[in-house]
Amino acid sequence: MTDATLAKPLPAAGINRTAASHSGVHYLVAAIAVFIAALMLAPIALSFLASIKTAADATSVPPHYLPQALSIENYQKIYHYQAGLWVYVGNSVTVAGLAILQVILLTVPAGYGLARFNFPGKEFLFLVLLLPLMIPYQALLVPLYLMFAKIGLANTPIGLAIVHAMLQVPFSVYLMRNAFEGVPRELEEAAVIDGATSLQIFSRIALPLVVPAIVTIALFAFITSWNEFLAALIIMNKETSFTVPVMVVSVRTGQQSSVDWGALQAGVIVSMIPCIAIYILLQKYYVSGLLSGAVK
Amino acid sequence: MVLRNRNLLGLIYMTPALLFVAAFVLYPFGQLIYTSFTDTSLLGGGQWVGLANYTKIFTGDPQFWRSLSFTAKYTAIITPILMGLGYALALLTVGNTSVLRFARAVIFMPVVVGLGTSSLLWYWLFNQQVGLFDRALVDLHITDRMIVWFISADWGLWAVIISVTWKVVGFGMILFIAAIQSISHEIIEASQMDGASYWRRVQLIYLPLTFRTVLLVTLISAIGSMLAFEQFYILTGGNPRGQTFSSVYLIYQSAFVKFQLGYGSALSVVLTATIMIGAAAQIYLTGRSGKP
Repeated sequence: MTDATLAKPLPAAGINRTAASHSGVHYLVAAIAVFIAALMLAPIALSFLASIKTAADATSVPPHYLPQALSIENYQKIYHYQAGLWVYVGNSVTVAGLAILQVILLTVPAGYGLARFNFPGKEFLFLVLLLPLMIPYQALLVPLYLMFAKIGLANTPIGLAIVHAMLQVPFSVYLMRNAFEGVPRELEEAAVIDGATSLQIFSRIALPLVVPAIVTIALFAFITSWNEFLAALIIMNKETSFTVPVMVVSVRTGQQSSVDWGALQAGVIVSMIPCIAIYILLQKYYVSGLLSGAVK
Repeated sequence: MVLRNRNLLGLIYMTPALLFVAAFVLYPFGQLIYTSFTDTSLLGGGQWVGLANYTKIFTGDPQFWRSLSFTAKYTAIITPILMGLGYALALLTVGNTSVLRFARAVIFMPVVVGLGTSSLLWYWLFNQQVGLFDRALVDLHITDRMIVWFISADWGLWAVIISVTWKVVGFGMILFIAAIQSISHEIIEASQMDGASYWRRVQLIYLPLTFRTVLLVTLISAIGSMLAFEQFYILTGGNPRGQTFSSVYLIYQSAFVKFQLGYGSALSVVLTATIMIGAAAQIYLTGRSGKP
């Protein structure tokens, strides 16, 4: 599988070949594609436009597509919401950081062990690491909740980060195993002759060559953790320990009778920004990771 | 001697991850099964009740069957929509012009947005008073007034399907594009020489040669739908009258709203059993041994 479906030109397949022979079709295809892209972008664009309306404008019936006047009051409301936006962003970032750290520390060595060594039961142990795919984490939340309450991890970033790391273990092990298998063995054999220890070979020779894969697993861990909702809802259930998505839900349910639509969309935008920014900046890693994780 | 040491080393590299999975997946899974045979609640309890929770699930709880069939219905409707639209979008944007690359990058973008967040976005778009999706339908003369989506289970279900399709359709698209692009050039050229029409080629070459990917994405997508939570929790709230509780939502409701942790555990065990078969097939298809 190629690693840059979005970024890199690939040999023409299918539709644009047809298109080459009929340039009318070519333009039609491009026009439809752009139209669909615009439709897909519209909800995000409308949400952003709503977030910069005045609060009154954002609740006007019938609604306007475009702001009547620009205002940052919705963002100010979100900024000062309950404990303050930075507390919630801080929670989310802490959880994501801890999840990334765990994923890297656990799955990079595991991938190396799987790629470089042969021992009895290896493939079975690989399957054990894929268990979080078989046992949905949604089903494990009751025992994890009880366990975290008992060992003092309830309402702590580390507890939630454990759940988020668990979600990423199968994908990350898989990706790291493939990455290390792509490192030529000859490099390591030369180092063995020079008398390097296994740990030296791992950290000085193999590791630097799989940095792109590590970036990819970190990226996926961040996006999963930042977006994850159910475990965050259950484990971080104190108002000061909410993560961003849970906070935004509570913005909505804050006043049952009248939803503050402008503030809600400001919250939606704030919680979308990091993921979209990362996607745009690191698209190559993201898409290649997706492809190698799912279709190799 | 050297060889045995090397084997041991491989195991040592894997140990942290194995311990993690043992502590936070296997052990809780054992606890889950144990708890499912008790009447544990947040208020106390914890007495062994044998199969009582399971008997209740299968014979005494109409909500379980309602949730399971509702979740299955949701999965059965949305999966073909996602696969069909995803494949159509892949065929549309598979070419290599900069316009098409840009279009697929945009179509994929909602995939990176959280499901909770996208559900809140659509909760607003679907509102019967301030929702711009409703307003757009009126302006385009598709409906004559703002629709009240969440008053009926069927409309609510369609609202969820629209919002989730928007969010995840790009996922299948990207994987299908990759699969189509990996079809060897010679095969396509040969079929063009033979004068096969475009649709003929899609039927006889693209679909069969990307079948494994289609199957895999179908599985990933169906498993994801069977585990749906956020979209219903945020958009329908289970309403009206508990008709739109998905299976995971029911677990959440039993365990963390009514605090019946024993019963919630039993529901979780049943859910795991239904998911496991599909997940095993997914691992097999992704798997290293399953390469065609």
